[in-house]
Amino acid sequence: MDNRVRILIAKPGLDGHDRGAKFIAKALRDAGYEVIYTGIRQTPESIVETAIQEDVDFVGLSLLSGAHNISFPQVTELLREKGAEDIFVFGGGIIPEDDIPFLREKGVKAIFGPGTTVKQITDFIEEEMAAKKA
Amino acid sequence: MTSRIAKAIIEGNPRLIAKGISTVERGGEAAYELLGEIYGVGKSYILGITGPAGAGKSSLINALIPYLKNNFERIGILAVDPSSPFTGGAILGDRIRMIEHAVDSRIFIRSMASRGHLGGVSAATKDAAKILEAAGFDLIIIETVGVGQDEVEVVGLSDTVVLIQVPGLGDDIQVMKSGIMEIGDVFVINKADREGADRIARYIQSMLEENFSGLGYIPPVVLAQAVNDIGLDTIVEKIIAHRAYIEKSGEIEKRITKRIEDDIESILRFRVESFLKSRLDFDSRLPIWVERIRKGEETPFTLAKKLGGEILPNLMEN
Repeated sequence: MDNRVRILIAKPGLDGHDRGAKFIAKALRDAGYEVIYTGIRQTPESIVETAIQEDVDFVGLSLLSGAHNISFPQVTELLREKGAEDIFVFGGGIIPEDDIPFLREKGVKAIFGPGTTVKQITDFIEEEMAAKKA
Repeated sequence: MTSRIAKAIIEGNPRLIAKGISTVERGGEAAYELLGEIYGVGKSYILGITGPAGAGKSSLINALIPYLKNNFERIGILAVDPSSPFTGGAILGDRIRMIEHAVDSRIFIRSMASRGHLGGVSAATKDAAKILEAAGFDLIIIETVGVGQDEVEVVGLSDTVVLIQVPGLGDDIQVMKSGIMEIGDVFVINKADREGADRIARYIQSMLEENFSGLGYIPPVVLAQAVNDIGLDTIVEKIIAHRAYIEKSGEIEKRITKRIEDDIESILRFRVESFLKSRLDFDSRLPIWVERIRKGEETPFTLAKKLGGEILPNLMEN
């Protein structure tokens, strides 16, 4: 059985700073995951359609513009509407500590701010995958 | 007996189509179970798109979609990118070129990693196409990984193969070589605003005229610029013309027959292999066998003979 973890890395909203997203995409590839990368300026609708068609296990959202409190919950909400809440969402970017409880409440599983190591992200993925299987 | 998932696939449920493709990618008994349930459902035309890395395969598909929508109701796309030979990971980035069609309910796009398979597609691409076929997509587009000279497996999966070339990759000797240059039904010279486009088009054209003379169909060569919307209507016209040709000439019957033969062989192979492995308790005994070979007590040849004899006493007598 070839049980490879699939992850969508997407940038919602309007900022064009994709270096972080590309760095994470490549780091996750090097960790042995299949990473679907869709680039900048994605709508929540297109992110969710992509996540469903690609049957990913995780969606990683990267945002530096400050609109995370709007667009991250839109993604989790749309996934729920489509019966795809088993696709887990995590986020990264410049996200103030104070916003994290709100985002978690809205169904974002984890937020990785500046200074996060790749290992913290892969540990998160492995833990969640183990929990999903259990 | 149709399972819930097979039924949902046939009804066209996107989430379960996606899950079905994951099931066939994982392989094993569950994959064969599902494929058995949907076998023969639906009828798709299968278009293979191949060419070197950076030739513009994904961009061309993206640009062709609006034209193809005039001829086909629902389009499923399988886009293959390479897996790392070291970690097994992959960046699947074909979709980035087709993102404008992400929320179009008539379009379904799935990225597939090659997972170590070397023919230009992944081992599960054929089966993923069967899932899309059962789900009612009347056109399936298979985009290969960027190919070199020898990755020609897409030809066995497709009704029409579009081979994309770009100027600047080689001279007329490259055009004469066996392999990839033989499998195109429609040739596209993309990025045709670049220097050398006319020359490569002429090379290919004259090779095709020699190879196909008197055969009833000579693959056309189309100059195109995917991102500038040039030549796209001609490409679709040529695809449709090739389809008409293979339907009229009986070529399509040959392709269908060949695909059924391949299905029989690969399914039989899977069945026999799983039977043998389970009878031999293969996975748990494997380390013991390796150890004995390393100690010099056996070779893989003497071992295979013994194991064959365990299952079929007459098999290895000679």
